[in-house]
Amino acid sequence: MSAPLLEIKSLCAGVAEKEIIKNLNLTINAGEIHAIMGPNGAGKSTLSYILTGKNDYEVTSGSVIFNGSDLLSLKPDERAKEGIFLSMQYPVSIPGVSTSNFLKHALNSKRKHDGLPELDAAAFLKLLRTEAQKFGVSAEMLKRELNVGFSGGEKKRMEILQMSLLQPKLAILDEADSGLDIDAMKIVADGVNLWHNNNNSLLIITHHLDLLNLIHPDFVHIYSDGHIVRSGDKSLAEELEKNGYKAFLDNK
Amino acid sequence: MNNKTQIEDFSGDKYKYGFITDIEADTVPCGLNEDIIRLISAKKNEPQWLLDWRLKAYQHWLTLNEPHWAKLQYDAVDFQALRYYAAPVQKVKPKSLSDVDKNLLDTYNKLGIPLKEQEALAGVVAVDAVFDSVSVATTYRAKLAEQGIIFCSISEAVQNHPDLVQKYLGSVVPYTDNFYACLNSAVFTDGSFVYIPKGVKAPMELSTYFRINAKNTGQFERTLIVAEDDSYVSYLEGCTAPQRDENQLHAAIVEIVVMNNAEVKYSTVQNWYPGDKNGKGGVYNFVTKRAACRGINAKISWTQVETGSAITWKYPSCILQGDNSVGEFYSVAITNNRQQADTGTKMIHIGRNTRSKIISKGISAGFSNQTYRGLVDIGSKAENARNYSQCDSLLIGSTCGSHTVPYINNRNKSAVLEHEATTSKISDEQLFYCQQRGISEEEAIGLIVNGFCKEVMQKLPMEFALEAGKLINISLEGSVG
Repeated sequence: MSAPLLEIKSLCAGVAEKEIIKNLNLTINAGEIHAIMGPNGAGKSTLSYILTGKNDYEVTSGSVIFNGSDLLSLKPDERAKEGIFLSMQYPVSIPGVSTSNFLKHALNSKRKHDGLPELDAAAFLKLLRTEAQKFGVSAEMLKRELNVGFSGGEKKRMEILQMSLLQPKLAILDEADSGLDIDAMKIVADGVNLWHNNNNSLLIITHHLDLLNLIHPDFVHIYSDGHIVRSGDKSLAEELEKNGYKAFLDNK
Repeated sequence: MNNKTQIEDFSGDKYKYGFITDIEADTVPCGLNEDIIRLISAKKNEPQWLLDWRLKAYQHWLTLNEPHWAKLQYDAVDFQALRYYAAPVQKVKPKSLSDVDKNLLDTYNKLGIPLKEQEALAGVVAVDAVFDSVSVATTYRAKLAEQGIIFCSISEAVQNHPDLVQKYLGSVVPYTDNFYACLNSAVFTDGSFVYIPKGVKAPMELSTYFRINAKNTGQFERTLIVAEDDSYVSYLEGCTAPQRDENQLHAAIVEIVVMNNAEVKYSTVQNWYPGDKNGKGGVYNFVTKRAACRGINAKISWTQVETGSAITWKYPSCILQGDNSVGEFYSVAITNNRQQADTGTKMIHIGRNTRSKIISKGISAGFSNQTYRGLVDIGSKAENARNYSQCDSLLIGSTCGSHTVPYINNRNKSAVLEHEATTSKISDEQLFYCQQRGISEEEAIGLIVNGFCKEVMQKLPMEFALEAGKLINISLEGSVG
């Protein structure tokens, strides 16, 4: 069996000296889909920020090994180039920067890192248009400033388009379903399923079963107070949907 | 010589150069008095009227006080300690590029400046050796002369076209205008002269010999551009490569006269040495730039990208005298570290149906301070005058300052004036988002800043715009964490 893609060991971390993640252990192998479900304020988003290296989020102890090397020593952009992608819950807008120009910079940074030649404008646009079509992103939307005036659904679709374009080894979807109607959620799920294969992995952070009915997780973890309280397969999510978090938290 | 001392030397303590350099015959003593001005005028073989004019300016200058209304803080300049005339200084030349300050070479490479030009810029070889600039200039000039266009140094113009110079010199910026303009009028040493005859469209962008100014025009530069009826010219000033100048004080004047249906575009990229990280050294840039739209339908457009200098005091202005005349001002100013800039424009509406547009983009980083200061003045006879002003400021980090000081004087009820201003900050969230997509923090800042000032950059001539984009990124290096 190959080495795990992501290995989180005894991780304690937080923000502004407040410990949010408490002794978390999680291993994700290549090709696997994991879902983390937990109540509001459990520290689910904190986990995604710790893994992607956001400023102000600090690790106090424990380790995270990604693809065989120490992830925590890398800067956020280096982690991204190593293959970690975070589809954000609330993608920020960047006025003045066109979506396609932004994506060209992102892809070429990755290609440079991978030792591939950078794509010129023509080659890039050709690739981008093909990808965009898969997610129902129009050419007009690519010309607009990044996430400026995008609807909730458009923003999430844009996140998945970026994931597909950048081909990460591990994608973290932080509430990729929040604020989406069922059609929009289906577009997101189809995009994820299209991208997923035996060589890449997925960590889905969600409140709801709906998304997990569209993207089938191999493992479901119930997460509370900064660590995993129970792990299982998809039936765990169904149980959760039926009985609520309280049942799990009381039993622990 | 290590990098640090070399930078300090470039930063221009001019007395130090005075001691190092052998005083040559072609240098006048320090200080300013009538004799010095007579000496400058004599060395340049100037006609009596010009000497008289310089002397009148000098007498007037003695009555003026240095202005202190700008939001700038700097050590007082000792005007009697400056040297007002020197032939191009023969510095100790580096033998090859390997002797040149590595930081400087890095910057050249990032700007994509060819090796040969790098050698010239760094002073390894004479400019002539690279470009054969004399012959280039000659062919260039001959081609323009075919159409009656005059493009030469102002010293040559004084010799060869004295009537034109006498007619227009000081007609837009009189020597009484302000402290620095008055000083310039007394002691200016060189600059450019452009004359576009009636009905002629200049067939190429005029710049002071491509990238490199062949002559050391010195600290008191004077440029005069005259566009006759129905003519057009686009003029480029400056260069994106860092200009190391041993003169700390610069007080230039640009005067432009635009007649009926004529149009002048004036683009500047200013990248003089801004001082080190702690604000030591750096050029003081006190410039007076003004264009007069004298004729009907005349148009002047100023575009500037200001990234250099320790102190910038600069307000390119438009006097809209002719009916239907148009004035435009597009500006990007970037300050980093300890730089200070107080810059903007004046739109003086005198004629009827005159229109003006101001787009100002200020970016401040580090411990720098920046002020947009602009005046829109509508005269009582300026029926249906219109102005649109947009002043946007972008802050990077939390230790810089940005200020907007718009003045509006309106004496005509039919005028329509619009003013929009925004201040924003590059947020940590935006930077994190970019980084999460694999874009480094510095590249992200460059991307966001270039997006912010796109509207102005698009006004620059193509090749200038590409370089200026890179220049913006370089200017902001080290502006975060």
